[in-house]
Amino acid sequence: MIIEALIAVTFLAALVVFVAPDEYAGRLAAALSALPVLGSLWMWAQYDASGNALLGGSIAFETDVVWLTLGGLDLHWFVGVDGISLPLIVLTTILTTLAIVSAWTPIVERQSQFYGLMLFMEANLLGVFAALDFFAWFIFWEAVLVPMYFLIGVWGGPNRRYAAIKFFVYTNIASLVMFIGFIALVFGLGDSVSSMRLPEIAQALRAGELGAFAGLDAATLKTVAFVAMFLGFAVKVPVAPLHTWLPDAHVEAPTPVSVMLAGVLLKMGTYALLRFNFTMMPDVATALVVPIAAIAVISVIYGAMLALAQEDLKRIVAYSSVSSMGYVILGLIAYTTYGVGGATFQMIAHGLISGLMFMAVGVIYNTTHTRMVGDMSGIADRMPVTAGIFVAGAFGYMGLPLMAGFAGEFFIFKGSFESTVHAGMPLFTATAMFGIVIVAGYLLFAMQRTLFGPFSFDGEYEITNAPFHDVAPLAVLLLLTIVLGVAPDLFFGMIQDAVNPILTGGGL
Amino acid sequence: MMFDAVVLQSEPAAAWTAMLPAILLGLTGLALLGIDTLYPEETSNTLLAGVSAAGSLLAFGVAAWFLVAGTGQEHTGGAISLFRDTMVVDGMSLFFTLIVTIVTAMVAVASYDYLSDHAHRAEFYSLVLFAATGMTLMSMANSLATVFISLELASLPSYALVAFLKKNRGSVEAGLKYFLVGSVSSGVMIFGISLVYAVTGSLVLGDVAAALGDTEMAGVLGVGVLMIVGGVAYKTASVPFHFWAPEAYEGAPAPISAFLSSASKAAGFAIAFRVFVEAFPLGAIPAGVDWVLAFQVLAVVTMTLGNFAAATQENVKRMLAYSSIGHAGYALIGLAALTAGGPNGDVLGASMAHLLVYGFMNTGAFLFIAMVEHWGVGRTFEDYNGLATTAPIAAVAMTVFMFSLAGLPPFGGFLSKYALFYSAIEAGFWWLAAVGAINSALSLFYYSRVVKAMWIESPAQDFEIQSRPVGLYAAVLFAGLATLLLLPGFGPVIETAQSVAAALF
Repeated sequence: MIIEALIAVTFLAALVVFVAPDEYAGRLAAALSALPVLGSLWMWAQYDASGNALLGGSIAFETDVVWLTLGGLDLHWFVGVDGISLPLIVLTTILTTLAIVSAWTPIVERQSQFYGLMLFMEANLLGVFAALDFFAWFIFWEAVLVPMYFLIGVWGGPNRRYAAIKFFVYTNIASLVMFIGFIALVFGLGDSVSSMRLPEIAQALRAGELGAFAGLDAATLKTVAFVAMFLGFAVKVPVAPLHTWLPDAHVEAPTPVSVMLAGVLLKMGTYALLRFNFTMMPDVATALVVPIAAIAVISVIYGAMLALAQEDLKRIVAYSSVSSMGYVILGLIAYTTYGVGGATFQMIAHGLISGLMFMAVGVIYNTTHTRMVGDMSGIADRMPVTAGIFVAGAFGYMGLPLMAGFAGEFFIFKGSFESTVHAGMPLFTATAMFGIVIVAGYLLFAMQRTLFGPFSFDGEYEITNAPFHDVAPLAVLLLLTIVLGVAPDLFFGMIQDAVNPILTGGGL
Repeated sequence: MMFDAVVLQSEPAAAWTAMLPAILLGLTGLALLGIDTLYPEETSNTLLAGVSAAGSLLAFGVAAWFLVAGTGQEHTGGAISLFRDTMVVDGMSLFFTLIVTIVTAMVAVASYDYLSDHAHRAEFYSLVLFAATGMTLMSMANSLATVFISLELASLPSYALVAFLKKNRGSVEAGLKYFLVGSVSSGVMIFGISLVYAVTGSLVLGDVAAALGDTEMAGVLGVGVLMIVGGVAYKTASVPFHFWAPEAYEGAPAPISAFLSSASKAAGFAIAFRVFVEAFPLGAIPAGVDWVLAFQVLAVVTMTLGNFAAATQENVKRMLAYSSIGHAGYALIGLAALTAGGPNGDVLGASMAHLLVYGFMNTGAFLFIAMVEHWGVGRTFEDYNGLATTAPIAAVAMTVFMFSLAGLPPFGGFLSKYALFYSAIEAGFWWLAAVGAINSALSLFYYSRVVKAMWIESPAQDFEIQSRPVGLYAAVLFAGLATLLLLPGFGPVIETAQSVAAALF
């Protein structure tokens, strides 16, 4: 019941904040959002399940009731967590609270609506990671888009309308493609499944129960569905060349929304890829290893190159997300315990670090009202604390040892180098590793030009230290990054435990 | 004739009480006229709206009670047929009665504010109730004669209601157009009925079906059936008799637009479902009379045309009118995906469940427009710019309606569309489901324009919104809440709909 309580409390908090007066909506939202944080930490402390929820492992905090019966298929309200979803739930609750606090300075209009929507989005995100029935999952998955559309469209920058509609249309079409792919699979499974519960479908698919549907034989159907679902999720991740909505959305979105977008929403895509494509159809994934690994490497290198070409600090961080998500795909396709486990760990690590980077850019913007690299120089003198955290976060992004980014990337490289799914995996890995060099290049270059050197700033704003409530979320994120970097096993143990069943059986 | 009367009187008392919902609606309409006669000068708007809402809610309650108690359903002895089989009360008629009565109740409550500065209020409410009576009877009609009579009983008050704003050119024009198209299609339909009668020698649906097998005039029958399809298309605002709908819905008072596009459309489908399933069953019709094919064409054309036309509108009410045509196309899948021996109960039931959900979300959307008209804000998308800053709660409800109409989770419209398309695939018509799904995805474009205007655009004008109309707010919020709750609560709806629909086959 803790999961239902978590989601219900967050929905209720959203409702309360939505009708609260603007004066204290931000404070109220932060206070109420602490409840899900406590709940998720309690879940983490009490977690006692093992194995993968989809592949017969035990499921923690499970609820499974029939919701409605339609044709031969039951739809269930089926929620629960395993070692893959629990870390993402913890990430979601913590990041939402920090994003809400970081919104206190930049959000001045229609505040109660803003914070209400943030909490509404959090509730749906928790549902995405906790749902184990396809239908419940899909409803939460789609419901995340609605608040995001408003958050970008109402509180965004000058070009917000275009960015919001582009985000909405892109991801909705992607969802439709994915939905059709999955439903085709369910029809292909025919009578071998009696519900849309993901474990049932995953196990039936891995047991080879798939039959023909709509004139396609089982093997073709499986490949077509895999590709449809991969494309649908790839838009969300995003991978090149389906990433074009991301920079627009990020640049226009206000900082706290960018934090949620990069920190959690992108992880919906990689989480779904892992849960659906890579868990349910490992045989198709390994058959398509070359294109998938190529997409991963292209995302890593191309994303990093695009970041290198940007002048806007926020665009730099946005494109570097494309690059980081490429690593996650590479780890997933490796099908080794370190590869898939590292990819899952990297979702958490990237959530923290990209959140940190977006917030740091936001704090600088709050003071300077510009994000252009060329407009400022040497502001570390005036904002030493922010600059210090910015530098630390950037090093985390580059994969400095003892920070979470290092652990994630190291696991991924180790896993994909050892991978046996294709003879060329070491080559793909080696190529992707060049991405790190480019990341170091653009981040060092940007920092050198903005933070260090002689002070110069053309704007009319006075540059002083940021207020405490702007810096505090940054410090918390930095602390968490270091803690996870020093002790990755806080999550990595349960992650590995949950990914190992994926790697065995099912034609591997 | 004497014999008929004797039979009528000798019906057991328990049987005719099954028609209680329709009787209650009719009595409420008479009571409203009575109140107006007693107090011709000072009829209280509150009293009239209260009586109308109470009457229709009572009818709703009785119908719901009957449905739960199993009146007319298989486990309590099957459909109750009345008046020598010309009327029948079964699960399906009760289900449609639920849709009609709850929409009537919402419209009555909302009209309280809308009519606050109009004359002839008692006439308005009583016409609504009489039309609702006709719609309820439409769902019970089991003979082509009663089908036609109940259809006219629903239509005639509707003509007057559309033209109710008699000093408004748009309203009068809409009423005239509605009346002319309605008369033509009524004529077409009754001509079709006469042809069917000529071939089969009966008007009662079951007897028509029984006489089909040995007919030698399949051609005449085919023309008759096609003409009845035309009558149905008019009442449900489907192609080819759809073109009255945009004008009528746009020109009519907004609560009446809500009433016609939700309740009247549902009643039209009730007739269509019963007539075609009972009188022309797929196993018995001669080979040339393929009405399923006709409905497949109509469904595809109607949903596509409705969607594309809606996408080009600048006026929100007109956009909703075309969206209503599009939704008629979705609901037609209920007839278009029927096969001899297929999962017909599932298909028809899913269509009925969609009409119920549609009853809430579409009524709510039109009532929101009524509220905007009440405030004196314009009718185009631009006029809606920034509306959420002054009326956030109502705008949230409208957002729910728009996203639900588009079939976006997490609202009732998502599940009902899913059930509809799923059952079409189940019946083997995956292409029909595909056309529906593509149309549904495209529809997000124009529905989200309303949302975008209300929330994201900056206000182009200073809204002078002083009043918070209680009745309109109550009706809109109720519809919004129902649209939301029909997501978790969709289970009983679809299960009831599919089981009562299965009883028809």
